[in-house]
Amino acid sequence: MISADIHTILPEILLAAYAMAALLAAVYGGKDRLAGALTWASAAVMALLAVMVASGGPGAASAFGGSFVVDAYGRFAKVAVLLAAALVLLMGQGPLERRGLLRFEYPVLVALSVVGMMVMVSAGDLMVLYMGLELQSLALYVVAAMNRNSERSTEAGLKYFVLGALSSGLLLYGASLAYGYAGTTLFSGILGAANDGHVGLGLLVGLAFIIAGLTFKVSAVPFHMWTPDVYEGAPTPVTAFFATAPKLAAMGLLGRVLFDAFGQAVGDWRQIIALLSLLSMFLGAVAAIGQTNIKRLMAYSSIAHMGYALMGLAAGSEQGVQAMLIYMAIYLTMNIGSFAFIMAMERDGKPVTDIASLGLYGKAEPLKAYALLALMFSLAGVPPFMGFFAKFAVLKVAMLSGLAWLALAGVIASVIGAFYYLRIVYIMFFGEEGEGLETPMGPVAWLALVGSAAVMLLGVVNMFGVEGAAAAAAQALLR
Amino acid sequence: MSVADFAFYAFALIVLVGGLFTVVSKHPVHSVLWLITAFIGATGLFVLLGAEFIAMLLMIVYVGAVAVLFLFVVMMLDVDFAALRAGMAEYLPIGILIGVILLMELGMIYGVWQFADGAEAARAAVTPALEQVENTAALGALIYDDYILLFQLAGLILLVAMIGAIVLTLHHRPNIKRQNVVAQMHRDPARSLELKDVKPGQGL
Repeated sequence: MISADIHTILPEILLAAYAMAALLAAVYGGKDRLAGALTWASAAVMALLAVMVASGGPGAASAFGGSFVVDAYGRFAKVAVLLAAALVLLMGQGPLERRGLLRFEYPVLVALSVVGMMVMVSAGDLMVLYMGLELQSLALYVVAAMNRNSERSTEAGLKYFVLGALSSGLLLYGASLAYGYAGTTLFSGILGAANDGHVGLGLLVGLAFIIAGLTFKVSAVPFHMWTPDVYEGAPTPVTAFFATAPKLAAMGLLGRVLFDAFGQAVGDWRQIIALLSLLSMFLGAVAAIGQTNIKRLMAYSSIAHMGYALMGLAAGSEQGVQAMLIYMAIYLTMNIGSFAFIMAMERDGKPVTDIASLGLYGKAEPLKAYALLALMFSLAGVPPFMGFFAKFAVLKVAMLSGLAWLALAGVIASVIGAFYYLRIVYIMFFGEEGEGLETPMGPVAWLALVGSAAVMLLGVVNMFGVEGAAAAAAQALLR
Repeated sequence: MSVADFAFYAFALIVLVGGLFTVVSKHPVHSVLWLITAFIGATGLFVLLGAEFIAMLLMIVYVGAVAVLFLFVVMMLDVDFAALRAGMAEYLPIGILIGVILLMELGMIYGVWQFADGAEAARAAVTPALEQVENTAALGALIYDDYILLFQLAGLILLVAMIGAIVLTLHHRPNIKRQNVVAQMHRDPARSLELKDVKPGQGL
C-alpha cells in the first residue's frame, strides 16, 4: 500500500527532497555564491516536475487513506503553479542580484512553498489542507521579509504573518466544527455526512469559517487588508511570486473544498462566494484609481481579478469551475508579464515603483511599452486580448447559472477598473515626461514580458489547449 | 463523593483559578507563574481521563519548556505591559460588542445544530479501545501509520520555520572581531613578544 501511496505523491516528494538537498549543498558549499545556480536548478526541477505531472496520464488516484487526491483538477493546478513559480524565480534573479537580495535560501524557500501549494490542491482531508496551507504560507512570510534592511519589507512580513495566523485560526475553528459535526476530516466523509442533500447547520457554520480562512489567502474582500501593504513592502520579485502561484493554489484549494467536501451544500455556499466576488470586484476597481504606486495598483488589480475568478466558483457548476481555471491561467500569464516589467523598473540602480515615472516611456523603448500596453489592455479586458475572453467566460457562466445580477455588476466593475489600466497606457504614450526610467532586463524577463504579451494576442486562436485541460479538470472535480 | 470526583473538582478549580489570575495579574512574571499552575491542573485532568501520554506531554513540553522559556523572555525583554494595555479602554467596548454578537449568534443556532448520522461512531472508530491498547502505543500507531503524510508535512513546516528564523535573524557582519582558535594556537612567541631593555630613569 505504501509504495502505491509514494508513487501517487512522488512529484511532491521529489521537490521536497530537491529543496533539502539544495539547502545542504548551499550551506556546506558556497553559501550565497551558489544562489544563482540554485535559482536555475530550482526552476529546472520545477519545469521537469511540471512535465512529469502533466504526463501523469488521465484518471484519478488517491493515497494515504483518501487524504491525498491526484486527479485532472489537481494536475492542472500543479502544472500551472510549477510553471509560474519557475518563471518568476528566473525573472526575479537579475533584480534580486542587483539589490543584493539574492540569497541561497530564496529558491529553497520558494521550492518548499511550492511543495505546500501542490499538497494544497491535492488535499482530500482537512488536516492535509491545513498542513499544505501552512507550509506554503510560512515560506511566504519569510520571503516577504527577506529585505531586512528595509522597514517596509519587515513590516510586510510581520503584517502578513500576524494576519495570516489570524486567518489560520479562523480556518482551524471552522475545520474543528466540520470535524465535530461530520465525525471525520476526510472530504469524502464530510460529503457523505449530508442527509438526503441536506447539510446540517453545524457543518455550514464550519464551512463559513473555512471559506473565510481560505479567501484570506486569495485576498478577496473583506479579507484583503494585507494585500496592498504586503505587495508594496516586499521586494518586487517576491511580490511577483505572491501575485501568481499562491493565488492559483489557494483558488484551487477553495474549489476542492467547496465541491469535494461541501458539494451537497452548493446552494448554501454560492451566496457567500457571490457576495465575496461582488465586493472584491468593486473594491479592487475603485480603490486602485487613486494609487500612485504601481505595486499597490497591482495589489488592488489582483483583488479585483480574484473577484472575477470567484464568480466562476459562485456559478457552482462544472462550466463555472472550468471558467475559473481558465481565468486563473490567463491571470497568471498576464501578471507574470506585467511583473517582469515592474521588477525591472529602476533609476540610477534603485527600484522605482512610481506610476508617474512611466511618463513617455513609449518613446524611449517602444517594444517593451507596446508589450506592456497589450498586457494592460488584457488586464482591463479589452476585446481582442485574452483577458477579455477570461472575463467573458466567467460572466457567461454567471448568466447561465442564474446570477445575472452578479454578471451585470462584473461588467460595471470592469468598466470602472479599465480606467486605471488605461491610465498607465496613457501616461506611457501621451503623459508628461518622467524623470527617466531604466528597465534593464535579462533575457528571461524580456522573454516573459514580450512572450506573455504575444500570448495575449495569439491565444485567441485556441488558448494553447488550456481550455480543454480546464474542461477535463472541472469534470474531474465534479465527477 | 468518590475520590475521583473530588480530584476532578480540585484540578478543575486549579485550572480555573490559574487561568483567571493569568489574565488579571498586574505583574507579567506572576501571570506566567499562574499559567504554569493552570497547566499543572490540566495535567491532572488528563490523568483522570486516562490520557496519561498527553498528561506527560503537557508536563514536559508546556510546563517544562514552553512556560519556563516564556518566563525567561518576559523577564529579559522588559516589555512595558502598561503601554501595551494603553489602547485597551478604547477598543474594549467594541471588542465586547463583537464578542457578545458572536456569542448570541452561536447560541441562537445551537438549538438547531445536528450531528450527521454516525458522526459519533466515526469519531470513535479512529482510536482502538482503551482497554486493549495503552494510549501511547495507540497514538504512535496513528501518527506513524495512518497519518504518516501529516507527520512528514509537519516536519517540512518545522524545517521552513527553522530556515526562516535563520534567514531573518542571522547577520554576517564583516567587521566583528571573532575568536579564531587556530590563529591563537599558532602564534609564535618570537613574533608576538618583544623584550625591551629599559634604562633606569628614562622610560620608553
